[in-house]
Amino acid sequence: MIKRFLIYLIIISGAIITLLPFIWMLTTALKTSGEVYLMPPRFLPADPQWQNFLIIQEQVPIIRYLFNSTIVALSVTIGTLITSILAAFAFTYIKFWGRDILFVIFLSTMMVPGEILMIPNFVTLAQLNWLNRYQALIVPWLIGVFAIFLLKQQFLSIPIELYESAKIDGCKDFMFLWKILVPLSKPALVSIALLKIIYNWNAFLWPLLVTNTPEMRTLPVGLASFMTEAGSNYELLMAYSTIIILPIIIVYIVAQKEIIKGVSSNQGIKG
Amino acid sequence: MNRNKTISSFLNGVLYLTPALIILITFRIYPIIKSFTMSFYTSYNYFTNEVYEYGLDNFRYIFSDPEFFRALQNTLVIVLGVVPMSIIISIFIAYFLNKNIKFSALFRGIYFMPFVTSAAAIAVVWRWLYNSRFGLINYFISILNLDPIGWLIDPNWALISLIILTIWRSLGFNIIILLVGMQNINKSYIEAAKIDGANEGKLFMKIILPLLSPTILFLVLLNTIDAFKIFSEVYTLFNKRPGPLNSALTMVYYIYDKFSHQYAYGVASAAALVLFIIILLVTLIQSKFAKRKVHYR
Repeated sequence: MIKRFLIYLIIISGAIITLLPFIWMLTTALKTSGEVYLMPPRFLPADPQWQNFLIIQEQVPIIRYLFNSTIVALSVTIGTLITSILAAFAFTYIKFWGRDILFVIFLSTMMVPGEILMIPNFVTLAQLNWLNRYQALIVPWLIGVFAIFLLKQQFLSIPIELYESAKIDGCKDFMFLWKILVPLSKPALVSIALLKIIYNWNAFLWPLLVTNTPEMRTLPVGLASFMTEAGSNYELLMAYSTIIILPIIIVYIVAQKEIIKGVSSNQGIKG
Repeated sequence: MNRNKTISSFLNGVLYLTPALIILITFRIYPIIKSFTMSFYTSYNYFTNEVYEYGLDNFRYIFSDPEFFRALQNTLVIVLGVVPMSIIISIFIAYFLNKNIKFSALFRGIYFMPFVTSAAAIAVVWRWLYNSRFGLINYFISILNLDPIGWLIDPNWALISLIILTIWRSLGFNIIILLVGMQNINKSYIEAAKIDGANEGKLFMKIILPLLSPTILFLVLLNTIDAFKIFSEVYTLFNKRPGPLNSALTMVYYIYDKFSHQYAYGVASAAALVLFIIILLVTLIQSKFAKRKVHYR
């Protein structure tokens, strides 16, 4: 009985420690600048200051940042799904010379951390004259080797007879892929899409490198530059952080099962 | 006929692969090679992509730069501070969550939350929590009648602050993977051990931990690689500086700084190559170790 109590105690305290920064972020975001510096701190704002969220827009174009982040996250996700579905199809259904070696080459690029690639990629984009444009934020990320791997596994679990009989019925490869494989693989595609959206919404180092004007910043990069403007106005910084974090938390609450399933399939391989 | 079929299926395969291949070659494979050669560029115009001189100067530079060694040392401290601690805590929490706890799914969901949130944004939140005069953490410390800690302004504490934040962020992922590992353990092993009279501690040490060892080893590798690459948290936690007196300078921060502020492309590439080799070595050691030590799968 005591043991059971201890287990609950540990799990609940751990959960509180996990949640506390989020709660503190939200309550600080709604305080007045005076309330922020009360000692001992006041946990809940006396009068919630919703206008804090509007004050940010007066100092930095946060709506534009929000737009950029959304465009980038969605374009990368959709683009990656397309390239991955096509590639996984080729790797599963089409037999051609060099296929298996090519697949190994694909997989082995996962070993190389993105941080190593950023300097040459920056140079490539500079030469293409793509720096500080949406292409720079989107195009280099339009591939998901892990997504291809997952989709290949998924396609392999679908009986090959389905493909053969579709062929006999005169169904072209692309129609088979679009009308049969994609609908059958919806759960895997949803998991991949969600992870891509989260990853790209949160991306920081790359957008920091390739954007240099306020119009092109994404939300996290904008936060870093807003830190100078906001100074010690922590209620504004917390309001800004909330704008970055809250949408993803909402996505997470709605699609928790799919997200956790996607992450669990990370077992053994990471992308 | 047969040859035609081979050629057409080859073309068909390549057709479907083209979009992925173009991106892979341009933004993954070419830069791997380029990154390697760039570290030997000693005189270079990145705008025209013209190289005037090759040599080993970039490596001479980083290996005689105290800041590089500081970055290397800090990064190793972060790895050693984060990885064992995070995995041990995660094993216990996952083990408890796996024990018919009420609201287990809810707790799992809460623990995972930091993983989905922006590292840069949550580090700003921690910056506020760590504030030495008005931060929540020092307020709790003052309740215990202890002296306030200069979490982010004291060079002796800066790395510890970063390590705590990183552990907090990493728990959720580890717990999820460990839970999957625990649920895959064949129940009959545990039943058999119970019948043989094993108590809970023994069951945990002798059955559950050894059976989990592949999962744990896998997590050690992933956590180590992630800790080696830490950057965003440093950048916003210390307000665009690598900590007071560079006390939280990490490898990636060093690369970023050389590249983005000092335009030293060759030096940054050389440092990136060193980082890559370290990560590669860690991966190779892990896979050797996995083959030798891990008997179960």
